[in-house]
Amino acid sequence: MTTPSDARTAVLARIRASIGVTGKEPLRRAAVADRLAGRPRGVIPETARVEGAARLAAFAEKVVTTMASFEAVATAAEVPMAVAAYLAGRNLPAEIRHGADPRLASLPWSGTMLAVSTGRSDGRDPVGVSHAEAGIAETGSVVLVSGPDNPTTLNFLPETHVVVVDAADIVGGLEDAMARIRARFGAGVMPRTVNFVTGPSRSADIEQKLLYGAHGPKRLHVIMVGVGDGGG
Amino acid sequence: MEISSPQFKHNIDEALADPNLQRALGNVDVGFVPNRRKAVDALPEFEALREEGVAIKNHVLAHLDLYLEAYEAKVTAAGGKVHYAEDAAAARDIILDICRKAEASTVTKGKSMVSEEIGLNEHLAANGIEPVETDLGEYLIQIRGEHPSHIIAPAIHLNRDEIEADFRRLHTHLPADRSLEEPSAILAEARGILRQRFLDADVGLTGANFLVAETGTSIIVTNEGNGDLTQILPRVHVVIASIEKIVPTLEDVSQILRLLARSATGQQMTVYTTLSTGPRRPGDPDGPEEYHVVLLDNGRSAMLGSEFQDMLRCIRCGACINHCPIYRAIGGHAYGWVYPGPMGSVLTPALAGLEDGRHLPNASTFCGRCEAVCPMKIPLPKMLRHWREREFERHLQPATQRSALKLWAFFARRPLLYQALTRMAAGVLGTLGRGRGRFSRLPLAGGWTRFRDLPAPERGRTFTDQWRAGRRA
Repeated sequence: MTTPSDARTAVLARIRASIGVTGKEPLRRAAVADRLAGRPRGVIPETARVEGAARLAAFAEKVVTTMASFEAVATAAEVPMAVAAYLAGRNLPAEIRHGADPRLASLPWSGTMLAVSTGRSDGRDPVGVSHAEAGIAETGSVVLVSGPDNPTTLNFLPETHVVVVDAADIVGGLEDAMARIRARFGAGVMPRTVNFVTGPSRSADIEQKLLYGAHGPKRLHVIMVGVGDGGG
Repeated sequence: MEISSPQFKHNIDEALADPNLQRALGNVDVGFVPNRRKAVDALPEFEALREEGVAIKNHVLAHLDLYLEAYEAKVTAAGGKVHYAEDAAAARDIILDICRKAEASTVTKGKSMVSEEIGLNEHLAANGIEPVETDLGEYLIQIRGEHPSHIIAPAIHLNRDEIEADFRRLHTHLPADRSLEEPSAILAEARGILRQRFLDADVGLTGANFLVAETGTSIIVTNEGNGDLTQILPRVHVVIASIEKIVPTLEDVSQILRLLARSATGQQMTVYTTLSTGPRRPGDPDGPEEYHVVLLDNGRSAMLGSEFQDMLRCIRCGACINHCPIYRAIGGHAYGWVYPGPMGSVLTPALAGLEDGRHLPNASTFCGRCEAVCPMKIPLPKMLRHWREREFERHLQPATQRSALKLWAFFARRPLLYQALTRMAAGVLGTLGRGRGRFSRLPLAGGWTRFRDLPAPERGRTFTDQWRAGRRA
């Protein structure tokens, strides 16, 4: 049986033989290094280049087209009441779970009747609440990053997912979201998981009919906080 | 996966005679095709993005060795482990070894065509480890002992009543009088059953739509969330991906992401686009403790530098499959292996060998719809023709077929002789058919006249004769 390094050598050698190179050619190595360092942006659609208040409006509109629900509140302090009202309005359990994110932990949850617990999900929580890293106006997506602040299991196990996003963190397009992550974690460094979530879970595997709540959340509610300058 | 592509002609007859399949295939016309059209029309920059995507992929293929090295270094730096697999057997052994070391009894799986290609499920099961398909479509076919019939919608060949019958047959712990009339009830039942399997799994295996060299990241795009539950709950996450999935940077992957979901399902983005890098970090409350990436060659390196290199640009969107009139008539199983439709007709001979795959490239009219809708502008008809040329060169066709082709080629190379012969044939047929104007049966043309009439030609006039006479515009 080939050793792991044999297999590696063999595969790379076969690739090099097919292309007709040794792998040591300086021009090729420079081309690769340049692209990885320069990270050129390609074609950025107009829908990814909206600015200011129009960008926030585009985000709100897009979120709704993905079959998630959307609301805007002026200040973070209003979030707990908004969550409580959302759950009550749909006859959903008044209990939520969130991570260690200080932007959620510091909110006045005690002003509501919600039962609040913290930590990752073990599958028994009906409602998960996360704070997004960013929102993307081009697609109506929210960007969630793994870690103790917003455990990834909260994004997938509970039946209902509520995501809080700051208006100042709504970016134009996909590349802008990637740049945000790079700025936070450093070039070439990533957290374990980044989720771009665009609407609730769905499947069309039964006669191509669209159904919601396949394995992930059946419903997604996005709460945008504040009216940011929409820049960045 | 065992290959039945040599029995393509038999498979086709079965498929055409299958009323359930024919009914199910009607969904392609009303779903994937118009949805893709709408999504593409709504994005003015789509053509420009296609050009960009082609440029990025061509650049990667020209530097694949270096990008793989860069990718591997980043995965290792993030605490993951990269394994190279030269072929299917090597990949199966690597994955089995990882599962054994993890003392796994069950492995949940996100949808992965590459895992079908290497025959992973049978191998795990034969070694006492239970693979559990979690993508709803994959689950539906796993319980039937079938293979996927489409790379995006693996159960597209099934009707609701077939699915209900399977669930009643298998899920015997549930009350027999429950209603499964509504598709939502079927979905809810699958969700409940698979939820426990997710939580109990020791190892989770996913494919990868992209591997990003800049960061050592694997990316999956899904709608259900099963790929995510597969990779965040178990202790070990294994990614199986073929070597050409590499993309240089996060910006590059953003470009191609805009093409992928639109071309596949007509969505702008799938519900979940997930970027995974390494195992959980210190302090993470969830996520796998081990992260492995198995990089599969299995014939791709041989396609580099060949006339089939462009096929390595494929991002597995399935648009070519959805638009192919042949696929639409026979469905995916008839092709006999993992990949159906136009992309499967190019890949099967390349990966499984021309001896087994040679019939597939012959089932094409070269209508070109596949190439027209391919986001990566892969010249599929040209490559199908290359395979036919190779088939002829390697004497793989039966002797009578080769002789017939050689005979035709003799005349085709001598236009005056060709025209003299066809003028004679047109004269004979025109005379014989002058009463009815058409033939419903014609010796030596049974393949044609079995399904349609042959119009009687104008007596003694070939097409070029009529053209010169100005009769045909």
